[in-house]
Amino acid sequence: MAWTNIILQGALLGGLYALFAAGLSLMFGVMRLVNIAHGDLIVLAAYCALMVVQATGVHPLLSLVAVVPLMFALGYALQRGLLNFTLGHEILPPLLVTFGLSVIIQNALLEGFSADSRRLQAGALETASLRLGDQLAIGWLPAIVFLAAAVIIALLEVLLYRTPLGRAFRATSDDADTAQLYGVGIRHVFALATALALAVASVAGVLLAIRTNFDPSIGPARLLYAFEAVIIGGLGSLWGTLAGGVILGVAQSVGGALDPGWDILAGHLAFLLVLVIRPRGLFPKLVD
Amino acid sequence: MAAAWRIERSTAASRAALFAVALAFAALLALPARGDSGDLRLAVEICYSLALAQAWNLLAGYTGLVSVGQQAYVGLGGYAFFALTVLAGMPPLPSLALAGLVAAALALPTAFVVFRLHGAYFAIGTWVVAEVFRLLLAQMRPLGGGTGMSLPVAVVRDLAQSRGARDLITYYLGLGLGLGTVLLVFFWLRSRQGLALTAIRDSETAAASVGIDNRRTKFAVYAIAAGIAGLTGALAFLEKLRISPDAAFSVGDWTANVIFIVVIGGIGSIEGPILGTIVFFALRALLADYGAWYLITLGALAVAVMLLAPQGLWGVVARPLGLQFFPVQRRLRPLNSPQTAPEAASPGRGD
Repeated sequence: MAWTNIILQGALLGGLYALFAAGLSLMFGVMRLVNIAHGDLIVLAAYCALMVVQATGVHPLLSLVAVVPLMFALGYALQRGLLNFTLGHEILPPLLVTFGLSVIIQNALLEGFSADSRRLQAGALETASLRLGDQLAIGWLPAIVFLAAAVIIALLEVLLYRTPLGRAFRATSDDADTAQLYGVGIRHVFALATALALAVASVAGVLLAIRTNFDPSIGPARLLYAFEAVIIGGLGSLWGTLAGGVILGVAQSVGGALDPGWDILAGHLAFLLVLVIRPRGLFPKLVD
Repeated sequence: MAAAWRIERSTAASRAALFAVALAFAALLALPARGDSGDLRLAVEICYSLALAQAWNLLAGYTGLVSVGQQAYVGLGGYAFFALTVLAGMPPLPSLALAGLVAAALALPTAFVVFRLHGAYFAIGTWVVAEVFRLLLAQMRPLGGGTGMSLPVAVVRDLAQSRGARDLITYYLGLGLGLGTVLLVFFWLRSRQGLALTAIRDSETAAASVGIDNRRTKFAVYAIAAGIAGLTGALAFLEKLRISPDAAFSVGDWTANVIFIVVIGGIGSIEGPILGTIVFFALRALLADYGAWYLITLGALAVAVMLLAPQGLWGVVARPLGLQFFPVQRRLRPLNSPQTAPEAASPGRGD
């Protein structure tokens, strides 16, 4: 029963990793842009939520009403004003510009909020749990996080495969030049993709900030988890990314149960194992 | 149209540069006579930053291997040095050399895994590998676990009895590492393999089509860069006298700064990282009192350079003038009229 519990908690944690990963996956899918600052943008969203909560005193989940549109707008501006100029045939410019951005965001947060550890207080939600059996219980918060991940991924799937915008995303992903011939304004489409990615990242950031402590330096580790979930799941498949997040979460949880120092390491090792056995991930859709 | 051409490698600028480098080297050899201990420590840091920058430039600028995980090998080199001296009881100098070899040797199986990823995914993959090494070493109790360990006095004494002598030895080791790396890259790029590297830099497909073994070349570059990082780690932590997983595998110290140096100076040339190192340490001295603003400025400068002048500061200065201090290219000159000389190989990347 103890192991069932460990695996269940790990799987729920995987929902958070899938939320980290969905934005990264979307940006890569639409414009082949790997955003190294993704983790730091998640942390930035957490700090935005912190400011909203401190200013208004609302419940952290309610701060999403302000943080999501804010990050959406930031994403649009970031892509239109900066990242669009890095896209081309060379791999270095987008990589190094987002890397520079990551360092800038981390240090700006350090300057603004100090290195102190913060947390969003969510009241009773933090400890409330649902009993499933004698030794099995799931917390409401991890359950909500997992559900949020599943719902957001389902919505993204609907958006991608059932709407005109999704068609524009997919057409641009397949061949940006031809998409332009058919009247798709790719600069605008790219900006919308990043805006959407950061909107999802802001949900991830707020849920992260309720779940654990955060400080300006934790962004890169979130980027690595997001990246691992995407690669384990296979490029281009959002449900695969959710599966990848779950595998990563379970690996960390099982590793941590064996030895407290091994949780993160076990996740990384699971990722490397998938990379050696199935380099294209478990459910690949896109060819890099 | 007889074959009235000759191949020119050195130029007036490069000959002048050779002279200047020789002068600078002589001045650096004499530095310990004038500078105090602090000056020497700064000089060592400049030297190993230059070595790391040249190695990263070889990786990213020539073979397109944009690694964000070079801290893996700096850390492994540092820990190998501590393990060899403290646990195995070896004398410091052979341990230093061996630490570089250990890092290079561990790079080969690692390359087998990370080379499955390409482009930006390769970059993040190398970062994951560095994290794996950091977390593994944090689990190793004999090497101090997560808190790290200090270099025992006996080992430090083994290097030299007096503090002054130790400063002198680390200084010359640093100088050797910095200059050695520049010379290694220079002579490598002038060799047959260097031609292959330049070809891969300009077009991987074209390089493969003329019979260059891209994969093998990449393995070699990755291992050499790891070896240089390993030597850097051994030297840096010999100087710091203390190692911990967080310091040894710091992405900021060992990779981010190095990337900024190369990007700001100019990627894909030998001169770029040298200029970048000078700019980096000048900026650091200038902004020393401004805390996090220093890194924000550095990051913004790197982003601006990448967008506005991808050839870096060296490209901005040297390209219009056709300057080249380290001649790694071949120019075809007609024997009679040197004015109308076409260029056989382009100095810049990607054009």
